[in-house]
Amino acid sequence: MTATTHPVTTTPAEADAPAASPAVGQGAPPQAAPAAPGEPRLRAEGLSIGYHERIVSQGLDVAIPDRSFTVIVGPNACGKSTLLRALSRLLTPSAGQVVLDGKTITSYKAKEVARRLGLLPQTSIAPDGITVADLVARGRYPHQKLLRQWSRDDEDAVVRALAATQVTPLSARPVDELSGGQRQRVWVSMVLAQETELLLLDEPTTFLDIAHQIELLELFGDLNREGRTLVAVLHDLNHACRYATHLVAMKDGAVVAQGAPGEIVTAELVEEVFGLRCTIIDDPVTGTPLVIPLGRRG
Amino acid sequence: MTAPVQTPAPVTDRAQAERLDFGRPTRVLRSRRGRFSARLDVRAAVVTLVLVLLAAAVGVVALGVGDYAVAVPDVLRALTGEASDVVRMVVVEWRLPRVLLAILLGGALGMSGAIFQSLTRNPLGSPDIIGFNTGAYTGALVVILVLGGSYGAVAAGAMIGGLTTAGIVYLLAYKNGVQGFRLIIVGIAISAMLASVNTWLILKAELSRAMAAATWGAGSLNGLSWTQVLPVVLILAVLVPPLFLLGRRMNVLEMGDDAAQALGVRSERTRLSLVVVGVALTALVTAAAGPIAFISLAAPQLARRLTRGATVGLASSAAMGAALLAASDLVAQRAFAPTQLPVGVVTVSIGGCYLVWLLAREARRQ
Repeated sequence: MTATTHPVTTTPAEADAPAASPAVGQGAPPQAAPAAPGEPRLRAEGLSIGYHERIVSQGLDVAIPDRSFTVIVGPNACGKSTLLRALSRLLTPSAGQVVLDGKTITSYKAKEVARRLGLLPQTSIAPDGITVADLVARGRYPHQKLLRQWSRDDEDAVVRALAATQVTPLSARPVDELSGGQRQRVWVSMVLAQETELLLLDEPTTFLDIAHQIELLELFGDLNREGRTLVAVLHDLNHACRYATHLVAMKDGAVVAQGAPGEIVTAELVEEVFGLRCTIIDDPVTGTPLVIPLGRRG
Repeated sequence: MTAPVQTPAPVTDRAQAERLDFGRPTRVLRSRRGRFSARLDVRAAVVTLVLVLLAAAVGVVALGVGDYAVAVPDVLRALTGEASDVVRMVVVEWRLPRVLLAILLGGALGMSGAIFQSLTRNPLGSPDIIGFNTGAYTGALVVILVLGGSYGAVAAGAMIGGLTTAGIVYLLAYKNGVQGFRLIIVGIAISAMLASVNTWLILKAELSRAMAAATWGAGSLNGLSWTQVLPVVLILAVLVPPLFLLGRRMNVLEMGDDAAQALGVRSERTRLSLVVVGVALTALVTAAAGPIAFISLAAPQLARRLTRGATVGLASSAAMGAALLAASDLVAQRAFAPTQLPVGVVTVSIGGCYLVWLLAREARRQ
């Protein structure tokens, strides 16, 4: 736990705050107006979060740098998924607030948040026998209206999302017939169809084999370079070091260190956060830090 | 399939639709300016249309058969007001309200079943799982056996019993929101308790009242007239439009609470609204005709087999429910004529066959 406890800072909904309208353009990802220069679009202020009586985090301050690929790492039960759930307003904090584009996230309408911020949850259910294109099309829900249920924008977004995740050839297939790796790409495709600049990914590579993990992480890297801001919870520290532009290391519900992997990942940090003795070398392919556990031999 | 299109050329809707392969026949409907647009599943639309026509055809047959037989052309003439007074009296005054109610109430049961099967993601989900019908029966029994009530009093008693039970089940299943599985388990427990209460009430009652109560408990359209049609139509007019607005959120909710919230659906609020509409639809049927079993269980899944959809559809379930109840009531009236069976007896038989088929199929699959 962090020593400092921040005061409860629940600002009332600023009704006259400039409403950044996400311009869902053709072709390029949407360019939503940043709230203020220098201020990150998504941040947590004095966040206290927990389930029932158990408090996971207290007074947490985290800012997600715009256009970064932020990866949250930490040992099991360190509160990283909880933080991600709070950032995506799946979890209501007991104190503090999540600020999205200058306004507390709870002051937005649910669909409005969904047009700015996409989330790939840990578990989603594909209805029996639903086809890939049909599932991906559901990602358009926040953009649809009662009388405008399938606009050209909707269709273009789905075509682009299918292509970006290379599942276009599968579009007519039932999702439950696909392999685990294909299925996860379909879910990513659905979140892409949502056309949000901010993308939160809760353990997106879990249950995938190594080749599919790398394939997915490469895709996330591409999306980040195209201008999207990504926040992911990852288990594999080496994957995090390789793909993250911004690393957030958490332990016991608090942020221990954050910054570019090359600057913050040291043997001391890994030992402090994970309790693992290791040595750090340069990744021969990317030059990013590579964590080599010492085990009992070291 | 084409690569991502950066600057879409002005293409026709048909060409647009072909860019995306949904794996099923799909038509895209768009107005010229793009203010109105929709994606139509051709198979679901055709199935729904055919079922509606089937329900109407069964209705026309039901209007003609009986002790005073009327040929189909005369039935149609009576409906357009061109038949003799006697024929008009028999067809429009006596038989039409019952046929209309069979179609409307069947549709209500189909939609109610679709709601609960979607919420629980379970083909065995139905309004019965939250104990509504058992509770309604308890309420009706208390009125019939203890207070000795009229049609209206029994309907009111059933309402109170059903809604109270549904409310208790919802609250007992509530734990940071309601999950489908908890709802099913709690519903079964409460229903089992109330079923024993119902049995005890009937055993304690004198014979003639117990018979009347048992008849009500089977669910019957016997003796319904125009008096009951208007309130049913009005209540459906209130319930159905909001339900079709909720329908899209219902589909999103099927992907799980997290995914639904991520797409901008407030899952708990949506679920509660759907439960309220689903219970109200069942309550309407129970008040009008008693607890008619199995239509809400079977109609959505039978319709889904025909549409081969991934999820249950509201419109197709309603059409299937209407066709099923209209056909069941025709059988109930004519199978042992002049003895009139309560339609609930027929739907239970159909439902039993359906359950056996469903269980056999599921068992083979595993």
